[in-house]
Amino acid sequence: MAFLFYMLSAIMIISALFVVFSKNPVDSVIYLIICFIGMAGQYILLNAQFLAVVHVIVYTGAIMVLFLFVIMLLNLNKEIIVRKSKVTRISAVITGGIFFLVMVAATRQVIEIHPRYPFSGTVGLVSEVGKTLFHEFLLPFEISSVLFISAMIGAVMFGKKDEVKNFKS
Amino acid sequence: MKDISSAIQLIPLEHYILLSVALFSIGLMGVLFRRNTIIILMCIELMFNSVNLLVTAFAAYHSDPSGQVFVFFIMIVAAAEVAVGLSILVMMKRNVDSVDINLLNRLKW
Repeated sequence: MAFLFYMLSAIMIISALFVVFSKNPVDSVIYLIICFIGMAGQYILLNAQFLAVVHVIVYTGAIMVLFLFVIMLLNLNKEIIVRKSKVTRISAVITGGIFFLVMVAATRQVIEIHPRYPFSGTVGLVSEVGKTLFHEFLLPFEISSVLFISAMIGAVMFGKKDEVKNFKS
Repeated sequence: MKDISSAIQLIPLEHYILLSVALFSIGLMGVLFRRNTIIILMCIELMFNSVNLLVTAFAAYHSDPSGQVFVFFIMIVAAAEVAVGLSILVMMKRNVDSVDINLLNRLKW
């Protein structure tokens, strides 16, 4: 079981690196889907079955298909022609590496977190999460519908054809 | 089910922190590295998801379902964010005829 965790982690990190470095945007989307499926596996290992299912449905099912759809509609599936300058790329890699080192060094200082309660196998199940969601978090759940409506209105507003064309540079 | 819930006790929480930090820094590097806006959006998704994984790991190690509900809300916000971001991308493609992020540098000043 521990072996499964490390294998999934390796798959996720390698495919995340391919997302950044692959030339074709469609390849990036496919690698991101692989990474997200690995993450669903991690959720299952963490005994969060509800989140695993929601993750597969929402991310790999809806959001990634939306990305592929936009790539298809805008005809973006070409190889990259322009890159950032070499200095910017090298400094981006250095920034990521330094961020990683700083966060690792910071979390090394943290005292080891012991579980307060004994592990229970039912925490991530749909019934437990649903009870918590509809008892304690009912108001945020309802308010999130307002967020969705405003996001939908914003998307429609952006999608409308606007007359002003002085954007070209 | 019993196997799975006993399996997470074998893996220390530090390894989940390491995995999440690695994924987050890869996403950060990608945002700085690429000029294609759609890749930048995907790297932002990657960073969202690394944080989600870390919150889920903490929730599982504390046997607390509130953390998982929190991850659910983060997913809701991420879905709304992707819809708006992709519509901005479509608008950008229509107005500038490119998805190069360097063409949108007027917000810098």
